[in-house]
Amino acid sequence: MGIKKKKAQPVYDRPSDANISQAFKKGNTVTKASFFVFGLGNLMNRQIGRGLIFLALEIAYLIYMVAFGIGALGDFITLGTAQQGEVYNAALGIYEYSAGDDSMLCLLYGVITLVMTAAVIFLGCMSGKSAFCTQVRKEKGKHIPTFRDDIRSLKEENLHGFLLSFPIIGIVCFTIVPLIFMILIAFTSYDHEHQPPGNLFDWVGLDNFKAMFSQGSKLAGTFWPVLSWTLIWAVFATVSCFILGMLLALLINRKGTRAKGFWRFMFVLSVAVPQFVTLLSMRTIFNANGPVNVILRQLGIIGATESIPFFTNALYAKITIICINIWIGVPFTMLSTTGILQNIPAELYEAAKIDGASAATIFRKITLPYMLFVMTPNLITSFTGNINNFNVIFLLSGGGPDSMDYYYAGKTDLLVTWLYRLTITQKDYNLGAVIGILVFIILATLSLITYRRTGAYKDEGAFQ
Amino acid sequence: MKTKRFIVNTACHILLAVLSVIWILPIFYVILTSFREESGSYKSYIWPRGFTLDNYINLFHGNTNINFTRWFTNTLVIAIFSTILSAFFVLCVSYVMSRLRFKMRKKFMNIALILGMFPGFMSMIAVYYILKGLGLLETGVLKQIALVLVYSGGAGLGFYMAKGFFDTIPKSIDEAAYIDGATKWDTFVRITIPLSKPIITYTLITAFMGPWVDYIFAKVIMGNDSQYYTIAIGLWTMLEQEFVEYYYTQFYAGCVMISIPIAILFLLTQKCYVEGVSGAVKG
Repeated sequence: MGIKKKKAQPVYDRPSDANISQAFKKGNTVTKASFFVFGLGNLMNRQIGRGLIFLALEIAYLIYMVAFGIGALGDFITLGTAQQGEVYNAALGIYEYSAGDDSMLCLLYGVITLVMTAAVIFLGCMSGKSAFCTQVRKEKGKHIPTFRDDIRSLKEENLHGFLLSFPIIGIVCFTIVPLIFMILIAFTSYDHEHQPPGNLFDWVGLDNFKAMFSQGSKLAGTFWPVLSWTLIWAVFATVSCFILGMLLALLINRKGTRAKGFWRFMFVLSVAVPQFVTLLSMRTIFNANGPVNVILRQLGIIGATESIPFFTNALYAKITIICINIWIGVPFTMLSTTGILQNIPAELYEAAKIDGASAATIFRKITLPYMLFVMTPNLITSFTGNINNFNVIFLLSGGGPDSMDYYYAGKTDLLVTWLYRLTITQKDYNLGAVIGILVFIILATLSLITYRRTGAYKDEGAFQ
Repeated sequence: MKTKRFIVNTACHILLAVLSVIWILPIFYVILTSFREESGSYKSYIWPRGFTLDNYINLFHGNTNINFTRWFTNTLVIAIFSTILSAFFVLCVSYVMSRLRFKMRKKFMNIALILGMFPGFMSMIAVYYILKGLGLLETGVLKQIALVLVYSGGAGLGFYMAKGFFDTIPKSIDEAAYIDGATKWDTFVRITIPLSKPIITYTLITAFMGPWVDYIFAKVIMGNDSQYYTIAIGLWTMLEQEFVEYYYTQFYAGCVMISIPIAILFLLTQKCYVEGVSGAVKG
């Protein structure tokens, strides 16, 4: 900290008490007014550039609201009232479609308007704080930053704002707004019977959640089996890849193993092939008439016309998918654990050997705990990644074999692939959104509990 | 003792050999089939009856359905632009999170964590309509821009890896720069970035790979506009029921064609990957 004080001219030096409530209490009339007329405090104190930007943004927002936003908010509440209808055009002698409200667009514009309003409220607070800051500086007779100072501060005190602005715009547009939109859809009746623009859909509260959990319904009968398979899959996929990958890394890094680089290369080769290609080829390789079955037939293990139902029998499909996932995942783990394994202090091993520990004991007492300590965050990410592992399931089995007992799901469908089917194929957007929210709840509880306990989160500055 | 060690070593080598055969065989099969002369899909034998280069040649003499060259360039262009954008986003966010301290920092990190837990394409439908609303789905070229935006838009959230790397760069280096009068921006551009080659390469590669392997988003945005398909949708199309009999061998040829450049890229940067994972300071 001592270094920072030596800086030639601290330009911003915000009063430490410049938070919103302070600004409201201690601010003068101009400062208070700045919460509503953006940039007023700045403009009055000759901070023209900053003030004008604030003001311009507010005016732009007001124009938007008057021209469009208020109507959009109204539609957001009703989700459209006029249904598309047919009107007989007597002059032409045909039926014409009358333009109805599009509930989908009502919802979307409503969300966008709400997000913009939130942004403007935030901007108002910024304006108030900025005005208060200037006021305090003026009272203390300090230098009031000019527009040029403001721009310079972007490289220094406000570098975070400058660097974060573009990524945050991206995140808001392509992650947050769509997410809010989809979460809201879970509370509407936007299913295959209510497709805009032909039909309107409406708010239905928690009905979709109730349907998902109601006893004995087909939906609940699909949800629980799919959920349990998702969890089984995620546990198996994560653990198997982790353990086997680590064993493989140990095997290659053993003292006695020759040509380590060569072995590593053999396995890394499969990582290098794009996963998409691997999965699609695996699908054909394990096809009913694919090479694996052909080999088995030629070896006489199965009859000449028989084939093992790798993807058409539920149990076989599950096993096949987990095995193929091992094939894909193990080299990855091998690659990332190699470096960590080499970092384990050699003294630990030597001490263990002197004490006469067997290889198994050394693995259990030294290697595994060390690896678990380092890799826990990694394991959690791969576990959550596996719960959401769309590609493997979709490209290998497509969720099949399909089941008549399920609501448009197959025996190997994960929650996410089911979500995909419900939305893209079945057009039950509301149910898809419900599943998305449930997946989120599962993941959030699982990973927040574990992640907060890991060392990487608690003392992230350990290395600095 | 010696014989025992010899036996163990031999056993390990044999095990490794068996395992690597398992790992190489599918790749070998893909390459083998890509040179198969007989058309049609599944055969009752493994070893092709004849070999040919036609599968590769046909791939590049595009007909109406299969336009491999076009798909390849589409994907390349999209990949390059989204790489630049998302690498920029990721590096900015991770540097800020690692080095700068400000009020909203912890909050931002928690929000990023939470957002990462929603299934990625849950928002796909909404993204589709937003893009439509922006008028980005009118023509093929605009759709490509849309795809670039989709791939890189949320990239800022994937900062954990790079942040972890930046965390391992000693802070004293930064402080030395401040003493010499460098601004934080200067430190970022002139010191942190040059020190972070492994993680930058890693970020670039992961971002670059995305468009080559993504199927879902590309398919939803491109629809039936087969001129503007990326390679992944293209290859998927070749395996569809009505095409598989004609394009089965060409599919494998296509797989080999896109695997080669990506594999080379990956193998060249593999070192960076390992270094990126284990941090700048060696333990």
